[in-house]
Amino acid sequence: MVGSEGLSNRLLNIYLPLVFYVVFLLFPFYWMTIVSVKPTNDLFEMKYNPFWIQKFTLENYRYLFENTAFPEWVKNTLIVSVVSTIVSLGCSVLIGYALARLRFPGSNFLGVGIFLAYLVPPTLLFLPLAQVIAKLGLYNTYWALILTYPTQLIPFASWLLMGYFRTIPKEIEESAMADGCSRLQILVRMILPLSIPGLLSAGIFSFTLCWNEFLYALIFMSSGSMKTIPVGVVSDMIKADTLFWGSLMASAVLGSFPIAFLYSFFVKHYISGLTAGAVKG
Amino acid sequence: MGVSQAIARKGEFRGGAVSAKSLFERESSLGVILMLPGALLLMVFMAYPFFLGIWLSLTDSGIGRPGEFIGLRNFVDLLDDSIFHQTTRNTFIYALVTVPFKAALGLGLALVLNNRMRFSSPVRAAVMMPWIVPTALSTLGWFMIFDPVFSPISWLLKNLGLISKNINFLGDPTLAISSVCLANIWRGTPFFGIIILAGLQAVPAELQEAAAIDGAGMWHRFLHVTVPHIKGVVLIAGLLSIIWTFADFQLIYVLTKGGPANQTHIFGTYAYQIGLSATEIGVGAAIALYMFPILAVFAIILLVYLRREE
Repeated sequence: MVGSEGLSNRLLNIYLPLVFYVVFLLFPFYWMTIVSVKPTNDLFEMKYNPFWIQKFTLENYRYLFENTAFPEWVKNTLIVSVVSTIVSLGCSVLIGYALARLRFPGSNFLGVGIFLAYLVPPTLLFLPLAQVIAKLGLYNTYWALILTYPTQLIPFASWLLMGYFRTIPKEIEESAMADGCSRLQILVRMILPLSIPGLLSAGIFSFTLCWNEFLYALIFMSSGSMKTIPVGVVSDMIKADTLFWGSLMASAVLGSFPIAFLYSFFVKHYISGLTAGAVKG
Repeated sequence: MGVSQAIARKGEFRGGAVSAKSLFERESSLGVILMLPGALLLMVFMAYPFFLGIWLSLTDSGIGRPGEFIGLRNFVDLLDDSIFHQTTRNTFIYALVTVPFKAALGLGLALVLNNRMRFSSPVRAAVMMPWIVPTALSTLGWFMIFDPVFSPISWLLKNLGLISKNINFLGDPTLAISSVCLANIWRGTPFFGIIILAGLQAVPAELQEAAAIDGAGMWHRFLHVTVPHIKGVVLIAGLLSIIWTFADFQLIYVLTKGGPANQTHIFGTYAYQIGLSATEIGVGAAIALYMFPILAVFAIILLVYLRREE
Protein backbone atom coordinates (compact mmCIF):
# COMPACT_ATOMS: atom_id res chain seq x y z
CA MET A 1 0.00 0.00 0.00
CA VAL A 2 2.72 2.40 1.05
CA GLY A 3 4.70 1.57 -2.08
CA SER A 4 1.86 2.37 -4.49
CA GLU A 5 1.09 5.58 -2.67
CA GLY A 6 4.76 6.55 -2.99
CA LEU A 7 4.61 5.81 -6.71
CA SER A 8 1.54 7.95 -7.36
CA ASN A 9 3.12 10.72 -5.31
CA ARG A 10 6.28 10.53 -7.39
CA LEU A 11 4.18 10.52 -10.54
CA LEU A 12 2.39 13.68 -9.46
CA ASN A 13 5.35 15.53 -7.97
CA ILE A 14 8.15 14.50 -10.28
CA TYR A 15 7.21 12.85 -13.53
CA LEU A 16 4.24 15.01 -14.43
CA PRO A 17 6.14 18.30 -14.03
CA LEU A 18 9.13 16.69 -15.74
CA VAL A 19 7.03 15.88 -18.80
CA PHE A 20 5.84 19.50 -18.88
CA TYR A 21 9.42 20.80 -18.75
CA VAL A 22 10.73 18.38 -21.36
CA VAL A 23 7.91 19.25 -23.77
CA PHE A 24 8.18 23.01 -23.15
CA LEU A 25 11.97 23.19 -23.37
CA LEU A 26 12.57 20.72 -26.18
CA PHE A 27 9.56 21.18 -28.44
CA PRO A 28 11.12 24.00 -30.52
CA PHE A 29 14.09 21.73 -31.32
CA TYR A 30 11.80 18.85 -32.20
CA TRP A 31 9.80 21.16 -34.44
CA MET A 32 12.86 22.58 -36.20
CA THR A 33 14.22 19.10 -36.80
CA ILE A 34 11.06 17.57 -38.27
CA VAL A 35 10.41 20.59 -40.52
CA SER A 36 13.98 20.35 -41.78
CA VAL A 37 13.46 16.79 -43.06
CA LYS A 38 10.06 17.34 -44.72
CA PRO A 39 9.52 18.17 -48.39
CA THR A 40 8.31 21.79 -48.73
CA ASN A 41 5.00 20.72 -50.31
CA ASP A 42 4.09 18.65 -47.26
CA LEU A 43 4.09 21.80 -45.12
CA PHE A 44 1.25 23.26 -47.16
CA GLU A 45 -0.81 20.10 -46.91
CA MET A 46 -3.10 21.10 -44.09
CA LYS A 47 -4.66 17.66 -43.74
CA TYR A 48 -1.29 16.21 -42.68
CA ASN A 49 -0.50 16.14 -38.99
CA PRO A 50 2.28 18.75 -38.76
CA PHE A 51 3.76 17.09 -35.67
CA TRP A 52 4.85 14.08 -37.63
CA ILE A 53 6.82 13.29 -40.79
CA GLN A 54 4.92 11.92 -43.77
CA LYS A 55 7.84 11.76 -46.16
CA PHE A 56 11.47 11.94 -45.08
CA THR A 57 13.93 13.92 -47.20
CA LEU A 58 17.40 15.42 -46.88
CA GLU A 59 16.70 17.75 -49.81
CA ASN A 60 16.73 20.83 -47.53
CA TYR A 61 20.21 19.99 -46.28
CA ARG A 62 21.47 19.37 -49.80
CA TYR A 63 20.06 22.75 -50.85
CA LEU A 64 21.93 24.39 -47.99
CA PHE A 65 25.29 23.11 -49.15
CA GLU A 66 24.75 23.59 -52.89
CA ASN A 67 22.78 26.82 -53.13
CA THR A 68 23.79 28.94 -50.16
CA ALA A 69 26.99 30.24 -48.58
CA PHE A 70 26.42 28.03 -45.54
CA PRO A 71 29.76 26.16 -45.87
CA GLU A 72 31.59 29.51 -45.88
CA TRP A 73 29.67 30.67 -42.81
CA VAL A 74 30.77 27.49 -41.03
CA LYS A 75 34.38 28.18 -41.93
CA ASN A 76 34.17 31.82 -40.77
CA THR A 77 32.49 30.91 -37.50
CA LEU A 78 35.05 28.22 -36.80
CA ILE A 79 38.06 30.46 -37.48
CA VAL A 80 36.72 33.36 -35.45
CA SER A 81 35.61 31.19 -32.53
CA VAL A 82 38.84 29.21 -32.26
CA VAL A 83 41.16 32.22 -32.50
CA SER A 84 39.15 34.46 -30.14
CA THR A 85 38.93 31.63 -27.64
CA ILE A 86 42.70 31.18 -27.69
CA VAL A 87 43.33 34.93 -27.39
CA SER A 88 40.84 35.22 -24.54
CA LEU A 89 42.17 32.22 -22.65
CA GLY A 90 45.74 33.50 -22.96
CA CYS A 91 44.83 36.93 -21.60
CA SER A 92 42.59 35.45 -18.92
CA VAL A 93 45.19 33.03 -17.57
CA LEU A 94 47.55 35.94 -17.01
CA ILE A 95 44.89 38.18 -15.48
CA GLY A 96 43.47 35.38 -13.36
CA TYR A 97 46.89 34.49 -12.01
CA ALA A 98 47.84 38.09 -11.31
CA LEU A 99 44.58 38.77 -9.44
CA ALA A 100 44.66 35.48 -7.56
CA ARG A 101 48.27 35.47 -6.45
CA LEU A 102 50.10 38.76 -6.84
CA ARG A 103 49.83 41.92 -4.83
CA PHE A 104 50.43 44.92 -7.03
CA PRO A 105 49.30 48.53 -7.09
CA GLY A 106 45.70 48.83 -8.27
CA SER A 107 44.95 45.11 -8.14
CA ASN A 108 41.75 45.58 -6.14
CA PHE A 109 40.53 48.30 -8.43
CA LEU A 110 41.34 46.21 -11.52
CA GLY A 111 39.53 43.20 -10.07
CA VAL A 112 36.34 45.21 -9.67
CA GLY A 113 36.86 46.74 -13.12
CA ILE A 114 37.07 43.28 -14.71
CA PHE A 115 33.90 42.22 -12.92
CA LEU A 116 32.06 45.30 -14.14
CA ALA A 117 33.30 44.66 -17.69
CA TYR A 118 31.47 41.32 -17.45
CA LEU A 119 28.23 43.27 -17.07
CA VAL A 120 28.75 45.65 -20.01
CA PRO A 121 26.40 44.47 -22.76
CA PRO A 122 27.27 44.70 -26.47
CA THR A 123 24.13 46.77 -27.10
CA LEU A 124 25.67 49.59 -25.08
CA LEU A 125 28.81 49.72 -27.24
CA PHE A 126 28.00 48.61 -30.77
CA LEU A 127 27.51 52.05 -32.37
CA PRO A 128 30.79 53.64 -31.25
CA LEU A 129 32.58 50.31 -31.63
CA ALA A 130 31.47 50.17 -35.27
CA GLN A 131 33.29 53.48 -35.77
CA VAL A 132 36.44 52.15 -34.11
CA ILE A 133 36.35 49.07 -36.34
CA ALA A 134 35.85 51.26 -39.41
CA LYS A 135 38.73 53.58 -38.46
CA LEU A 136 41.05 50.62 -38.00
CA GLY A 137 39.99 49.31 -41.43
CA LEU A 138 38.78 46.01 -39.97
CA TYR A 139 35.31 45.83 -41.54
CA ASN A 140 34.60 42.43 -43.07
CA THR A 141 37.81 40.95 -41.74
CA TYR A 142 38.13 38.19 -39.17
CA TRP A 143 40.05 40.63 -36.98
CA ALA A 144 36.91 42.68 -36.37
CA LEU A 145 35.47 39.78 -34.38
CA ILE A 146 38.71 38.21 -33.14
CA LEU A 147 39.64 41.45 -31.39
CA THR A 148 36.21 42.40 -30.08
CA TYR A 149 34.92 39.04 -28.82
CA PRO A 150 37.61 38.79 -26.12
CA THR A 151 36.13 41.90 -24.46
CA GLN A 152 33.03 39.80 -23.79
CA LEU A 153 35.02 36.70 -22.82
CA ILE A 154 38.02 37.89 -20.81
CA PRO A 155 36.03 39.20 -17.83
CA PHE A 156 34.15 35.95 -17.38
CA ALA A 157 37.12 33.67 -18.07
CA SER A 158 39.47 35.67 -15.81
CA TRP A 159 36.95 35.54 -13.00
CA LEU A 160 36.50 31.80 -13.41
CA LEU A 161 40.24 31.06 -13.61
CA MET A 162 41.03 33.36 -10.70
CA GLY A 163 38.65 31.29 -8.57
CA TYR A 164 40.30 28.15 -9.82
CA PHE A 165 43.87 29.31 -9.16
CA ARG A 166 42.91 30.29 -5.62
CA THR A 167 41.98 26.70 -4.81
CA ILE A 168 45.55 25.57 -5.54
CA PRO A 169 47.55 25.49 -2.29
CA LYS A 170 50.06 28.31 -2.01
CA GLU A 171 52.60 25.94 -0.42
CA ILE A 172 53.21 24.26 -3.77
CA GLU A 173 54.30 27.57 -5.21
CA GLU A 174 56.31 28.59 -2.21
CA SER A 175 58.37 25.44 -2.23
CA ALA A 176 58.95 25.76 -5.97
CA MET A 177 60.11 29.34 -5.46
CA ALA A 178 62.45 28.21 -2.74
CA ASP A 179 63.88 25.85 -5.36
CA GLY A 180 64.57 28.83 -7.59
CA CYS A 181 61.64 28.67 -10.03
CA SER A 182 60.44 31.99 -11.36
CA ARG A 183 56.78 33.02 -11.13
CA LEU A 184 56.23 32.42 -14.83
CA GLN A 185 57.82 28.98 -14.68
CA ILE A 186 55.51 28.12 -11.80
CA LEU A 187 52.49 29.35 -13.73
CA VAL A 188 53.32 27.33 -16.83
CA ARG A 189 54.68 24.16 -15.24
CA MET A 190 52.64 23.81 -12.08
CA ILE A 191 49.53 25.97 -12.00
CA LEU A 192 48.30 25.36 -15.54
CA PRO A 193 48.54 21.55 -15.43
CA LEU A 194 46.60 21.62 -12.15
CA SER A 195 43.97 23.90 -13.67
CA ILE A 196 43.03 21.87 -16.74
CA PRO A 197 39.38 21.46 -15.67
CA GLY A 198 39.11 25.22 -15.14
CA LEU A 199 40.78 25.92 -18.48
CA LEU A 200 38.37 23.50 -20.18
CA SER A 201 35.38 25.23 -18.57
CA ALA A 202 36.57 28.66 -19.61
CA GLY A 203 37.57 27.42 -23.06
CA ILE A 204 34.37 25.69 -24.09
CA PHE A 205 32.32 28.48 -22.60
CA SER A 206 34.24 31.07 -24.59
CA PHE A 207 33.98 28.99 -27.74
CA THR A 208 30.22 28.67 -27.31
CA LEU A 209 29.75 32.39 -26.73
CA CYS A 210 31.78 33.20 -29.86
CA TRP A 211 29.82 30.71 -31.94
CA ASN A 212 26.53 32.16 -30.71
CA GLU A 213 27.39 35.87 -30.86
CA PHE A 214 25.05 37.87 -33.02
CA LEU A 215 25.16 41.69 -32.76
CA TYR A 216 28.84 42.38 -33.48
CA ALA A 217 28.90 39.80 -36.26
CA LEU A 218 25.75 41.33 -37.77
CA ILE A 219 27.32 44.79 -37.94
CA PHE A 220 31.00 44.12 -38.59
CA MET A 221 30.62 41.33 -41.20
CA SER A 222 28.18 42.68 -43.73
CA SER A 223 29.59 40.97 -46.81
CA GLY A 224 27.78 37.71 -47.59
CA SER A 225 30.82 35.47 -47.71
CA MET A 226 32.27 36.78 -44.41
CA LYS A 227 29.19 36.19 -42.25
CA THR A 228 29.05 33.85 -39.30
CA ILE A 229 26.40 31.12 -39.10
CA PRO A 230 23.79 32.89 -36.92
CA VAL A 231 24.02 36.12 -38.92
CA GLY A 232 24.18 34.42 -42.31
CA VAL A 233 21.17 32.26 -41.57
CA VAL A 234 19.07 35.09 -40.14
CA SER A 235 19.91 37.71 -42.75
CA ASP A 236 20.44 35.69 -45.94
CA MET A 237 18.03 32.77 -45.57
CA ILE A 238 14.98 34.92 -44.73
CA LYS A 239 14.46 36.98 -47.84
CA ALA A 240 11.43 36.41 -49.94
CA ASP A 241 7.83 36.52 -48.82
CA THR A 242 7.56 32.79 -49.29
CA LEU A 243 9.98 31.39 -46.81
CA PHE A 244 11.85 28.23 -47.51
CA TRP A 245 11.04 26.88 -44.08
CA GLY A 246 12.69 23.54 -44.70
CA SER A 247 16.13 24.88 -45.53
CA LEU A 248 15.80 27.66 -42.93
CA MET A 249 15.17 25.07 -40.21
CA ALA A 250 17.90 22.83 -41.63
CA SER A 251 20.41 25.67 -41.31
CA ALA A 252 19.28 26.39 -37.74
CA VAL A 253 19.62 22.72 -36.81
CA LEU A 254 23.04 22.36 -38.43
CA GLY A 255 24.31 25.63 -36.94
CA SER A 256 23.23 24.55 -33.46
CA PHE A 257 24.49 21.00 -33.75
CA PRO A 258 28.22 21.56 -33.07
CA ILE A 259 27.41 23.46 -29.89
CA ALA A 260 24.88 20.89 -28.73
CA PHE A 261 27.42 18.15 -29.47
CA LEU A 262 30.26 19.89 -27.66
CA TYR A 263 27.96 20.61 -24.76
CA SER A 264 26.78 17.04 -24.35
CA PHE A 265 30.42 15.93 -24.15
CA PHE A 266 31.37 18.50 -21.54
CA VAL A 267 28.15 18.98 -19.55
CA LYS A 268 30.00 18.96 -16.24
CA HIS A 269 32.44 21.64 -17.35
CA TYR A 270 29.68 23.81 -18.70
CA ILE A 271 27.72 23.61 -15.51
CA SER A 272 30.69 24.24 -13.27
CA GLY A 273 31.60 27.19 -15.48
CA LEU A 274 28.09 28.55 -15.40
CA THR A 275 27.68 28.21 -11.67
CA ALA A 276 31.21 29.33 -10.79
CA GLY A 277 30.15 32.92 -10.58
CA ALA A 278 26.87 32.34 -8.83
CA VAL A 279 27.58 29.60 -6.34
CA LYS A 280 30.58 29.50 -4.13
CA GLY A 281 32.46 26.37 -3.09
CA MET B 1 66.50 23.96 -10.01
CA GLY B 2 70.13 24.63 -9.29
CA VAL B 3 70.64 25.48 -12.95
CA SER B 4 68.04 28.21 -13.05
CA GLN B 5 69.47 29.67 -9.89
CA ALA B 6 72.87 29.70 -11.47
CA ILE B 7 71.48 31.40 -14.57
CA ALA B 8 69.72 33.95 -12.42
CA ARG B 9 72.96 34.70 -10.60
CA LYS B 10 74.90 34.95 -13.84
CA GLY B 11 72.34 37.49 -15.06
CA GLU B 12 73.12 39.75 -12.14
CA PHE B 13 76.39 40.65 -13.75
CA ARG B 14 74.75 41.87 -16.94
CA GLY B 15 73.08 45.18 -16.31
CA GLY B 16 70.17 45.05 -18.82
CA ALA B 17 69.28 41.45 -18.22
CA VAL B 18 68.97 42.03 -14.51
CA SER B 19 66.41 44.81 -14.75
CA ALA B 20 64.32 42.94 -17.33
CA LYS B 21 64.42 39.83 -15.24
CA SER B 22 63.65 41.51 -11.98
CA LEU B 23 60.70 43.17 -13.71
CA PHE B 24 59.27 39.69 -14.13
CA GLU B 25 60.19 38.63 -10.61
CA ARG B 26 58.92 41.47 -8.47
CA GLU B 27 55.27 40.97 -7.63
CA SER B 28 54.34 44.59 -8.14
CA SER B 29 55.73 44.83 -11.68
CA LEU B 30 54.88 41.28 -12.75
CA GLY B 31 51.25 41.82 -11.78
CA VAL B 32 50.99 44.85 -13.99
CA ILE B 33 52.73 43.08 -16.89
CA LEU B 34 50.37 40.11 -16.70
CA MET B 35 47.34 42.39 -16.73
CA LEU B 36 48.56 44.23 -19.84
CA PRO B 37 47.43 42.13 -22.85
CA GLY B 38 43.87 41.69 -21.62
CA ALA B 39 43.63 45.20 -20.24
CA LEU B 40 44.80 46.61 -23.57
CA LEU B 41 42.04 44.79 -25.47
CA LEU B 42 39.46 45.93 -22.93
CA MET B 43 40.69 49.52 -23.15
CA VAL B 44 40.66 49.73 -26.95
CA PHE B 45 37.48 47.76 -27.64
CA MET B 46 35.41 48.41 -24.53
CA ALA B 47 36.49 51.44 -22.48
CA TYR B 48 37.35 53.68 -25.42
CA PRO B 49 34.11 52.92 -27.34
CA PHE B 50 32.19 53.60 -24.15
CA PHE B 51 33.57 57.14 -23.91
CA LEU B 52 33.36 57.60 -27.67
CA GLY B 53 29.68 56.68 -27.35
CA ILE B 54 29.17 59.41 -24.77
CA TRP B 55 30.81 61.89 -27.12
CA LEU B 56 28.75 60.71 -30.12
CA SER B 57 25.53 61.04 -28.13
CA LEU B 58 26.37 64.71 -27.64
CA THR B 59 26.77 65.33 -31.39
CA ASP B 60 24.58 65.21 -34.48
CA SER B 61 26.85 62.59 -36.12
CA GLY B 62 25.61 60.46 -38.97
CA ILE B 63 27.32 57.64 -40.85
CA GLY B 64 30.28 59.13 -42.73
CA ARG B 65 29.40 62.59 -41.43
CA PRO B 66 31.40 63.88 -38.48
CA GLY B 67 28.98 65.62 -36.16
CA GLU B 68 29.08 68.83 -34.25
CA PHE B 69 28.64 69.19 -30.53
CA ILE B 70 24.98 69.83 -29.70
CA GLY B 71 24.98 69.25 -25.96
CA LEU B 72 22.17 67.18 -24.54
CA ARG B 73 19.79 67.82 -27.44
CA ASN B 74 19.60 64.15 -28.50
CA PHE B 75 18.65 63.12 -24.98
CA VAL B 76 16.10 65.91 -24.65
CA ASP B 77 14.58 65.24 -28.08
CA LEU B 78 14.15 61.56 -27.21
CA LEU B 79 11.98 62.52 -24.25
CA ASP B 80 9.48 63.88 -26.77
CA ASP B 81 9.71 60.85 -29.05
CA SER B 82 6.63 58.65 -28.64
CA ILE B 83 8.44 55.63 -30.11
CA PHE B 84 11.13 56.07 -27.47
CA HIS B 85 8.44 56.11 -24.78
CA GLN B 86 7.03 52.91 -26.23
CA THR B 87 10.54 51.42 -26.36
CA THR B 88 11.16 52.24 -22.70
CA ARG B 89 7.87 50.69 -21.67
CA ASN B 90 8.56 47.58 -23.75
CA THR B 91 12.05 47.16 -22.34
CA PHE B 92 10.80 47.28 -18.76
CA ILE B 93 8.02 44.82 -19.54
CA TYR B 94 10.44 42.55 -21.37
CA ALA B 95 13.04 42.55 -18.58
CA LEU B 96 10.90 42.75 -15.46
CA VAL B 97 7.98 40.51 -16.45
CA THR B 98 10.04 37.66 -17.87
CA VAL B 99 12.47 37.38 -14.94
CA PRO B 100 9.92 36.26 -12.30
CA PHE B 101 8.59 33.66 -14.75
CA LYS B 102 12.09 32.42 -15.50
CA ALA B 103 12.93 32.29 -11.80
CA ALA B 104 9.72 30.45 -10.85
CA LEU B 105 9.92 27.99 -13.74
CA GLY B 106 13.65 27.54 -13.09
CA LEU B 107 12.98 26.82 -9.42
CA GLY B 108 10.37 24.21 -10.37
CA LEU B 109 12.78 22.67 -12.86
CA ALA B 110 15.57 22.53 -10.27
CA LEU B 111 13.29 20.93 -7.65
CA VAL B 112 12.21 18.29 -10.15
CA LEU B 113 15.76 17.57 -11.32
CA ASN B 114 17.02 17.36 -7.74
CA ASN B 115 15.11 14.10 -7.25
CA ARG B 116 16.78 10.80 -7.77
CA MET B 117 15.43 9.27 -10.96
CA ARG B 118 16.38 7.20 -13.93
CA PHE B 119 18.17 8.90 -16.85
CA SER B 120 18.78 11.97 -14.73
CA SER B 121 22.01 13.02 -16.46
CA PRO B 122 20.73 12.93 -20.06
CA VAL B 123 17.55 14.70 -18.93
CA ARG B 124 19.57 17.40 -17.16
CA ALA B 125 21.73 17.83 -20.22
CA ALA B 126 18.77 18.00 -22.59
CA VAL B 127 16.73 20.61 -20.74
CA MET B 128 19.73 22.96 -20.75
CA MET B 129 19.71 23.16 -24.55
CA PRO B 130 17.65 26.36 -24.88
CA TRP B 131 20.34 28.21 -22.94
CA ILE B 132 23.29 26.61 -24.77
CA VAL B 133 22.52 26.68 -28.49
CA PRO B 134 22.81 29.89 -30.54
CA THR B 135 19.85 32.08 -29.59
CA ALA B 136 19.46 33.53 -33.07
CA LEU B 137 19.00 30.01 -34.45
CA SER B 138 16.67 28.61 -31.80
CA THR B 139 14.65 31.81 -32.11
CA LEU B 140 14.08 30.83 -35.75
CA GLY B 141 12.25 27.79 -34.39
CA TRP B 142 9.99 30.16 -32.44
CA PHE B 143 9.70 32.32 -35.53
CA MET B 144 7.99 29.40 -37.24
CA ILE B 145 6.03 28.35 -34.16
CA PHE B 146 4.62 31.89 -34.16
CA ASP B 147 4.01 31.99 -37.92
CA PRO B 148 0.49 33.09 -38.91
CA VAL B 149 0.14 30.21 -41.38
CA PHE B 150 2.38 27.37 -40.18
CA SER B 151 2.11 27.70 -36.41
CA PRO B 152 1.74 24.26 -34.80
CA ILE B 153 0.02 25.94 -31.82
CA SER B 154 -2.68 27.37 -34.07
CA TRP B 155 -3.05 23.99 -35.80
CA LEU B 156 -3.49 22.21 -32.49
CA LEU B 157 -5.98 24.71 -31.07
CA LYS B 158 -7.94 24.70 -34.33
CA ASN B 159 -8.15 20.92 -34.38
CA LEU B 160 -9.26 20.93 -30.76
CA GLY B 161 -12.00 23.33 -31.82
CA LEU B 162 -10.82 26.07 -29.48
CA ILE B 163 -10.17 28.68 -32.16
CA SER B 164 -11.48 29.12 -35.67
CA LYS B 165 -8.77 31.36 -37.12
CA ASN B 166 -4.99 31.10 -36.86
CA ILE B 167 -3.40 33.23 -34.14
CA ASN B 168 -1.17 36.04 -35.40
CA PHE B 169 1.37 35.81 -32.60
CA LEU B 170 3.87 38.33 -33.93
CA GLY B 171 1.68 40.44 -36.20
CA ASP B 172 -0.95 41.37 -33.64
CA PRO B 173 0.22 44.51 -31.80
CA THR B 174 -1.17 43.48 -28.42
CA LEU B 175 -0.04 39.87 -28.69
CA ALA B 176 3.48 40.47 -30.05
CA ILE B 177 5.10 41.54 -26.78
CA SER B 178 3.70 38.46 -25.00
CA SER B 179 5.04 36.24 -27.76
CA VAL B 180 8.58 37.61 -27.56
CA CYS B 181 8.40 37.36 -23.75
CA LEU B 182 7.41 33.69 -24.05
CA ALA B 183 10.41 32.95 -26.26
CA ASN B 184 12.66 34.78 -23.78
CA ILE B 185 11.23 32.84 -20.83
CA TRP B 186 11.86 29.62 -22.74
CA ARG B 187 15.46 30.60 -23.32
CA GLY B 188 16.20 31.78 -19.77
CA THR B 189 14.44 29.12 -17.69
CA PRO B 190 17.28 26.56 -17.91
CA PHE B 191 19.79 29.16 -16.68
CA PHE B 192 17.82 29.63 -13.46
CA GLY B 193 17.18 25.89 -13.31
CA ILE B 194 20.82 24.91 -13.38
CA ILE B 195 21.98 27.63 -11.00
CA ILE B 196 19.26 26.86 -8.47
CA LEU B 197 19.96 23.14 -8.84
CA ALA B 198 23.58 23.78 -7.88
CA GLY B 199 22.29 25.72 -4.86
CA LEU B 200 19.95 22.86 -3.90
CA GLN B 201 22.76 20.37 -4.05
CA ALA B 202 24.67 22.47 -1.55
CA VAL B 203 21.86 22.01 1.02
CA PRO B 204 23.19 19.44 3.51
CA ALA B 205 21.10 16.25 3.33
CA GLU B 206 21.27 15.88 7.14
CA LEU B 207 19.37 19.15 7.52
CA GLN B 208 16.53 17.90 5.33
CA GLU B 209 16.47 14.58 7.16
CA ALA B 210 16.55 16.18 10.58
CA ALA B 211 13.63 18.41 9.63
CA ALA B 212 11.73 15.40 8.29
CA ILE B 213 12.32 13.45 11.51
CA ASP B 214 11.05 16.46 13.45
CA GLY B 215 7.84 16.02 11.50
CA ALA B 216 8.20 19.01 9.20
CA GLY B 217 6.04 18.62 6.11
CA MET B 218 7.33 19.05 2.57
CA TRP B 219 6.17 22.65 2.29
CA HIS B 220 7.56 23.54 5.72
CA ARG B 221 10.91 21.96 4.89
CA PHE B 222 11.02 23.81 1.59
CA LEU B 223 10.33 27.16 3.27
CA HIS B 224 12.64 26.82 6.25
CA VAL B 225 15.46 24.60 5.02
CA THR B 226 15.65 24.96 1.24
CA VAL B 227 14.74 28.60 0.68
CA PRO B 228 17.37 30.10 3.01
CA HIS B 229 20.02 28.07 1.18
CA ILE B 230 19.08 29.13 -2.33
CA LYS B 231 18.03 32.74 -1.69
CA GLY B 232 21.48 34.03 -2.61
CA VAL B 233 21.85 32.21 -5.91
CA VAL B 234 18.33 33.15 -6.99
CA LEU B 235 19.11 36.79 -6.30
CA ILE B 236 22.38 36.67 -8.27
CA ALA B 237 20.81 34.81 -11.19
CA GLY B 238 17.89 37.25 -11.13
CA LEU B 239 20.11 40.33 -11.27
CA LEU B 240 22.24 38.88 -14.07
CA SER B 241 19.11 37.93 -15.97
CA ILE B 242 17.59 41.40 -15.61
CA ILE B 243 20.79 42.99 -16.91
CA TRP B 244 21.03 40.61 -19.89
CA THR B 245 17.36 40.80 -20.77
CA PHE B 246 17.31 44.55 -20.46
CA ALA B 247 20.18 44.81 -22.94
CA ASP B 248 18.94 42.05 -25.25
CA PHE B 249 18.93 42.41 -29.00
CA GLN B 250 18.94 39.23 -31.05
CA LEU B 251 15.74 37.58 -29.92
CA ILE B 252 13.65 40.63 -30.80
CA TYR B 253 15.64 41.32 -33.96
CA VAL B 254 14.97 37.83 -35.28
CA LEU B 255 11.30 37.67 -34.31
CA THR B 256 9.90 41.13 -35.03
CA LYS B 257 12.71 43.70 -35.60
CA GLY B 258 10.74 45.82 -33.11
CA GLY B 259 7.40 45.67 -34.93
CA PRO B 260 4.48 45.58 -35.39
CA ALA B 261 4.10 49.35 -35.04
CA ASN B 262 7.09 49.49 -32.63
CA GLN B 263 5.23 47.34 -30.10
CA THR B 264 8.25 45.17 -29.37
CA HIS B 265 11.11 47.66 -29.75
CA ILE B 266 13.56 47.55 -26.86
CA PHE B 267 16.55 49.86 -26.32
CA GLY B 268 18.92 47.62 -28.27
CA THR B 269 16.75 47.23 -31.36
CA TYR B 270 15.67 50.87 -31.41
CA ALA B 271 19.26 52.08 -31.08
CA TYR B 272 20.14 49.78 -33.99
CA GLN B 273 17.30 51.07 -36.13
CA ILE B 274 17.99 54.74 -35.49
CA GLY B 275 21.78 54.49 -35.31
CA LEU B 276 22.45 52.22 -38.28
CA SER B 277 19.35 51.82 -40.44
CA ALA B 278 18.44 55.52 -40.18
CA THR B 279 22.16 56.47 -39.86
CA GLU B 280 21.54 58.88 -36.97
CA ILE B 281 24.51 57.67 -34.95
CA GLY B 282 24.30 60.46 -32.38
CA VAL B 283 20.67 59.73 -31.55
CA GLY B 284 21.30 55.97 -31.58
CA ALA B 285 24.18 56.39 -29.14
CA ALA B 286 21.91 58.45 -26.88
CA ILE B 287 19.24 55.70 -26.94
CA ALA B 288 21.83 53.10 -25.96
CA LEU B 289 23.16 55.35 -23.20
CA TYR B 290 19.72 55.69 -21.66
CA MET B 291 20.23 52.04 -20.68
CA PHE B 292 23.35 52.88 -18.74
CA PRO B 293 21.98 54.30 -15.47
CA ILE B 294 19.46 51.46 -15.20
CA LEU B 295 22.09 48.79 -15.87
CA ALA B 296 24.44 50.53 -13.45
CA VAL B 297 21.88 50.35 -10.64
CA PHE B 298 21.48 46.59 -11.06
CA ALA B 299 25.23 46.09 -11.47
CA ILE B 300 25.94 48.00 -8.25
CA ILE B 301 23.33 46.01 -6.32
CA LEU B 302 24.99 42.83 -7.58
CA LEU B 303 28.48 44.06 -6.73
CA VAL B 304 27.52 45.18 -3.22
CA TYR B 305 25.76 41.89 -2.55
CA LEU B 306 28.73 39.81 -3.74
CA ARG B 307 31.18 41.88 -1.68
CA ARG B 308 29.05 41.49 1.43
CA GLU B 309 28.94 37.74 0.90
CA GLU B 310 32.72 37.59 0.75
